[in-house]
Parts: sequence; structure tokens; C-alpha cells
Amino acid sequence: MVIIGAGECGGRAAFALRDLGYDGLVTLVGDEPHLPYERPPLSKEAMASDAPEIKAIVSDDLLAEKSIRHLHSVRAVAIDRAAHEVRLSDGSSLSYDKLLLATGSTPRKLPMPGLGPRCVYLRTFADALAIRAYLRPGNRVAVIGGGFIGLELAASARKLGASVTVIEAQPRILMRGVPAEIAAVVHDAHVSEGVDILCGDGIAAIADDGKEVRVALAGGREITADLAIIGIGAVPVTGLAAEAGLAIDNGISVDAQLLTSDPDIFAAGDCCSFPLAVYGGRRVRLEAWRNAQEQGALAARNMLGAGEAHAAVPWFWSDQYALSLQIAGLSDEGKITVRRDLGEGAFILFHLAEDGRLVAASGIGPGNAVARDIRLAEMLIARRATPAPEALGSQAVKLKSLLAV
Amino acid sequence: MSDWVEACAADDIDEEDVMRFDHGGRTFAIYRSPDDEFFATDGLCTHEKVHLADGLVMDDIIECPKHNGRFNYKTGAARGAPVCVNLRTYPVKVDAGKVLIQIG
Repeated sequence: MVIIGAGECGGRAAFALRDLGYDGLVTLVGDEPHLPYERPPLSKEAMASDAPEIKAIVSDDLLAEKSIRHLHSVRAVAIDRAAHEVRLSDGSSLSYDKLLLATGSTPRKLPMPGLGPRCVYLRTFADALAIRAYLRPGNRVAVIGGGFIGLELAASARKLGASVTVIEAQPRILMRGVPAEIAAVVHDAHVSEGVDILCGDGIAAIADDGKEVRVALAGGREITADLAIIGIGAVPVTGLAAEAGLAIDNGISVDAQLLTSDPDIFAAGDCCSFPLAVYGGRRVRLEAWRNAQEQGALAARNMLGAGEAHAAVPWFWSDQYALSLQIAGLSDEGKITVRRDLGEGAFILFHLAEDGRLVAASGIGPGNAVARDIRLAEMLIARRATPAPEALGSQAVKLKSLLAV
Repeated sequence: MSDWVEACAADDIDEEDVMRFDHGGRTFAIYRSPDDEFFATDGLCTHEKVHLADGLVMDDIIECPKHNGRFNYKTGAARGAPVCVNLRTYPVKVDAGKVLIQIG
């Protein structure tokens, strides 16, 4: 078994193979020098700490104990499907019975001239260290893109005393996947922490002279910063798969069992698009930590012949300041919204389809105030439940009681 | 062995639910199982120090509110990624409607 990509997804897949009793060769190939590690902290806790540390998913000891061969700092450059071989950047080759592509995603590049050394993206631990070096009182940070990565970095930068301007071309932050009511809470939190948020204004030009970055907006404003962090989304890493002739459709196209158009090659995590059963097979690609984990484990089962279809409900979280946001499902599936207040400013929006099915739930509040109810909502979504809107909206009705129906 | 400490009233916790209890600078989680037994564990998830009392109890499992790490709260056993370190458990008894835990 060969796994390309040693992130959350690939790492979990390797261990899952062993947990399932597979005793043949397992090789995990990663292009970073590190052990597989958790990426979510890179914009949050690790970024805001004095000395960012890697949160490794595994240790060398555990890899050795499980006989998982981890090849680091090396890329897969080609797949020979006929020979069942993967060629690596160091000139060596690996033969496989089953191959898993867990190549992840990479930051979408800002298609613009004028970018320079002070215009950066966040994906890896090395990126995080480079950004962290600029986050201190007196420094000015421009965050381009009001999505999760940008806003989490804005919050971390404020914690460390830097001044922050967020630039978002859309009319509001978190346009993709987050209801306006919740985005407004996040917006207000940033403003009260001193972040300047500029929405609805595109970038006309960028100039980076190596000492500072000047960002000119279409509306005429100019922002000068010591660092520009670009967080405008991510694109799946599909080059290897495409060159091998595998079907690509907003990511490496896989079926419900995560199988690509080659019967011996699977793909999982950020890099693949797959049919989401809970919404009748709507093809989606998710860039989320839990999805990477779950699909890594599912791919491992199916590499061993389980033939199991993906059934999970998407789940996502973000932490900014004292606020935590959690979303189960995809809110754009909903037509009707019901609000449930949980106290201390925490609330959940339940999104129902026209036929009354609960299809998503978006919550925000201090700490983990919404976590339990979002988890229960996720179970209701998975069951295609049609809970009464009045019950969802009433604090007096325990959500857990709706599961028993 | 140290003394038994009163954590809460038995009625404070619903069946199949959990409550946070802080004592002596430490934090614990007290559980009431669906079959009406009480249990106690350390209060923080072994993955990222999140309060388990904000999580969901289903049967004999507590699920961390942050990353869905799962533990059997009766034994403390970790039940798969991302948690791999077991939770410490503590003896519990109910006396005159009070839940007492023995903090070692």
C-alpha cells in the first residue's frame, strides 16, 4: 500500500490500515520534512503562541511500532498505472497494489503582478513560522480575503499586538458557507478587537518593494502593510492524478467509495470531489480537518476491500478570539432557517429544506457553547430527520429528545 | 487515599449527561449513565485540553466538543483518533442524594 501525502488524511489512512490488521508494506510519502502534523493550529494556537510548535499526529516510535515507512521531503512525480508504480523526486520508485492520493490542497494564488517577499500564504508549518515572525506590536498586517484562514490569522495577529486590516472583495466576510447572521457576529468581534474590515472593495494593484507592501483598492483606498497575508481559498492538488489520466472534476473525481477512475487508486481529503450521500449525491469537495480524517480512514477500509460508501455529514469549526463557530452540513442546502438561542450570546441557526428535512446547522458562541447541540444536529442531519421547527427553536426542548423520535 | 469530595446533587445531572466539577485547582467531569450510574473522569480531553463537560454523552461514551475524540467514561479508554491517551477515572458514590468522588 502506498499513500501519497503525509498530512492528516494520509497519516490517518496509514494507521487505519494497520488497525484493520493489514500486515503488508505501508509507505507514506510526504514532501515536507516533518512527521504528519495537525494543520488547524497553524492559524490559531500555534500562530498566537510565543514559540510555535508542530503538533505531530504521530511519533517516530509509533511509526516504527506499526511498521509504517514514512518517506519525507520527497514528492511523487509520476504514476505508471500499467506497471503499478509511483516514481519519486529522488529518482526511486515504489510499487503498489493499492494507491491512495491524499495530496491535499494548496492556497489559491492571487493572480496579480506586484507580489513580492512580503506577500505570503499559509499552508505549512514553514509558512506559519514565516508569518509569525512579523506578528508583533508596531507591525501592520494586511489580510487579503475574509475567509476562515484570513480571519483566524487576523485574530492571532491582534493577540500578538499587530495592527490588522482585512480586505474582502465580497459584500461581507465569510460569504462562502456561513450565514450572514453568524458572519455578522464574527465581524463585530473583529471590529471590537480593533481590526479594520473593508468589504466590497477589490484590489486594483499591489506593490511589494521588499520593505513594505502597498495595496491599492479599486475604491481608491491604499493600505500600507509590513506583511500581506493572502487567504483567498484553496485549490486541490491534482497534477499527479491528471498526468496519470485520472478523471478530474473540481479535484480528483472519486465515487462514494473514494475510488478514482482507476480501480486500484483511491483519493481522499481536500484533493478529491465526491458524491455526498446525505444530499442525494451532490458532488462536493471539502477542505476540512475532520473530512480529511474520516476519508483517510474510509479509504483505508476500502483499500482492503470493504466496499463501504461515504456517509458522513460535513463538519467544520473555527476559533477566533473567545468565539467558536461550528457548522454541520452545508447551509446552502437550506430554504428555511430557524434560530435557537442558547444563552450568553450563543445561538444556532437550523437550516431546513423545503420538505422539512434538517440539512445543516450553523452555530456560534463563546467557547464550546454550541458544540453539543451542533453534534446532535449532525446526527439528525445524517438521519434525514424532519424535526418540527418549533422544537428546534425552543430552548425548552432538548435536541437529544428529537433523536429518539 | 484522600477523602471523598462532594461534587453535586444527583439530581443536578440528567441521565446520559455530564457536568463539570472544579475542585482544588483541578477540573473533573461527572457523568450519569443511561442506566442511572455515576462516573467521574478528569475534566479535560487528553488531546487539546478542552472541557469534556461541554461534550455529548451517548451510552457509555463521552465525545469531546471540539474534535470528537471519544472516550468510554466508565473506563477512561480512548476510542480512536484524534485521542490516543486514556482519561483518568475516579471512584464515585452516591450518598443521600449527593454525588461524591474520591480524588486521588
